Amino acid sequence: MADLVLHTISKSFGNVMVLDDISLRVPDGGFTILLGPSGCGKSTLLRIIAGLETQTAGEVLIDGEPVGHRSPKDRDIAMVFQTYALYPHLTVRENMAFGLKMRKEPRQLIEARIQEAAELLGLAELLGRKPKELSGGQRQRVAMGRAIVRKPKLFLFDEPLSNLDARLRTSMRVELKKLHERLGATMIYVTHDQVEAMTLGDTIVVLDRGKIRQVGSPARIYNEPSDPFVAGFIGSPPMNLLEGQLRRQGGSWCFQAGSLSLPVPAIKGPMPIEQVSRTVLGIRPEDILLAPPSLHAITVQADVEVVEDLGADQILHVMAADARLVVRVPQGQFVKLDGRVTMYFPQNRLHLFVDDRRADWA
Amino acid sequence: MTRRVLLGVGITLTVAVSLFPFLWFVITSLKTQRQVEAVPPTWLPTGGVHFYRSALVDYQLTDYILNSVVVAGSTTFLALLIGIPAAYALARLRLPGKGWILGGLLGISMFPQIAIAGPVWRILDQLGGLNTRWGLLLPYVTLTLPLVIWILASFFRELPGELEEAARVDGCSTWQTMTRVMLPLATPGIFTAGILTFIYAWNEFFFALLILTQPDKQTLPVGIALFQGEFTMPWGELAAASVLATLPLVILVLLFQRWIVSGLSAGAVKG
Repeated sequence: MADLVLHTISKSFGNVMVLDDISLRVPDGGFTILLGPSGCGKSTLLRIIAGLETQTAGEVLIDGEPVGHRSPKDRDIAMVFQTYALYPHLTVRENMAFGLKMRKEPRQLIEARIQEAAELLGLAELLGRKPKELSGGQRQRVAMGRAIVRKPKLFLFDEPLSNLDARLRTSMRVELKKLHERLGATMIYVTHDQVEAMTLGDTIVVLDRGKIRQVGSPARIYNEPSDPFVAGFIGSPPMNLLEGQLRRQGGSWCFQAGSLSLPVPAIKGPMPIEQVSRTVLGIRPEDILLAPPSLHAITVQADVEVVEDLGADQILHVMAADARLVVRVPQGQFVKLDGRVTMYFPQNRLHLFVDDRRADWA
Repeated sequence: MTRRVLLGVGITLTVAVSLFPFLWFVITSLKTQRQVEAVPPTWLPTGGVHFYRSALVDYQLTDYILNSVVVAGSTTFLALLIGIPAAYALARLRLPGKGWILGGLLGISMFPQIAIAGPVWRILDQLGGLNTRWGLLLPYVTLTLPLVIWILASFFRELPGELEEAARVDGCSTWQTMTRVMLPLATPGIFTAGILTFIYAWNEFFFALLILTQPDKQTLPVGIALFQGEFTMPWGELAAASVLATLPLVILVLLFQRWIVSGLSAGAVKG
């Protein structure tokens, strides 16, 4: 149990800047996700927290104590690796005992912790086995057990579920969530999988090209993405993002993307239209409706080009004027291929980004 | 199908050619003195083990065997003792000039023995190492270390880096990471390097002949070479002694066969 503060962390490998001025506070007992596409620096950041990599500048503080130049063993952290990194020559029991033995803990305590963890993770039957005799999911559990028995200040996870098949991943995700609730420990979790991020984390840190793009709860990241990158990265299928211009039409505003023109509400604050270099309007596929909502909505006509049937949902690929859009509707809202549909964009579900920054509607 | 037949024939021929001299020695060692000298030679010996008794007792082969065991065993032990940490450091730690060090080692192993014979003899003469076992160990360890380090370094390099990191997070120092985690995993490589070193030291003739001139210190290859009397060639005893000299190696390799095979093919398949 501890809180972690990253203070202006930067890291470069030679001339390549991997992390650029990262500052972050991870609260005690929180489950924080470092999320981003591959190459965004999230794993490097985790390895700097662990002490496996040294930052070029900045400081790592655990419980207020600067640990940025201590070796991993003196930071009181435990890490679960992507490949599990179990010691192949040791049994499950010995794997879990290893870290405690290295710290010269008494034998009874080690045994008690192993029993506790084995029960928690359902490993009691497997304690005598070697890693090669275990399935992927079991190995994953042992890797977690090895971290749990240590009772560290911080748990670090480096894409721990990415080597499992889809079904196992779902069930392990649930177990991880339960584990966090039971242990109440501070956990930091690296992933590129937004589903894992949304379901596990209470805080998500979205990283891109070495910089933090947004920090917030999953709901906030989803509902109020702070820039087009976060908007496009979270959600599946991704948010429809249209590039265009804001224009004044009489007394109201209009967003013009190619030949598609959408009436939009006014935005907060003054709008220096002429100087704006880039304006992006976004709407999530699931926010587009085929039936008129009670709230104020924009009506758009479109041609259906492709229909993908996902069982519970249908994904429609449509053309509205010269804008290509993706729409997700529940199964049963009948849609004919090559037909024309009328779509409704609820105004409160529209996201506007001016110069890569979120603009709020008035 | 024809590929398999050709392969089978090829393998059989290779094995037959390789094994024939050894087989001939075994047959000769079991002949009677008369059969040894018979022309045409006989294939079915009836002499029993009298040449073995003669080699062991009359020619003091037991002393040579003992010397060889001590020298080859010590060489292997020392080469591994120095080679393991060296290989680990070269494979795993961030060292400046790693490539140059490994290249230099390879260079050492390429020295023709005859070129360094003079200097080695002079050095040992100065140090008082002539006619001592440790004097022989010096060139042996020096000449086997490059091989040991290269085999083990490539082995350590193949081991997943995350294991090392897991060990560091679990509280290991660099030394503990090597001894507790990496070393047990490199066992096949250590066996391979160890056995190759042992075979080298066991069979080595040139330096042994140069450095050891007193019969009671000499190793097997030198001892057997000096079997020949003034007027006769004791073919039967020679054959028996050669069989006895080869047998320990055969047994050793058979015992550790599985380890050596997986050692030589390390990196090809990930376990």
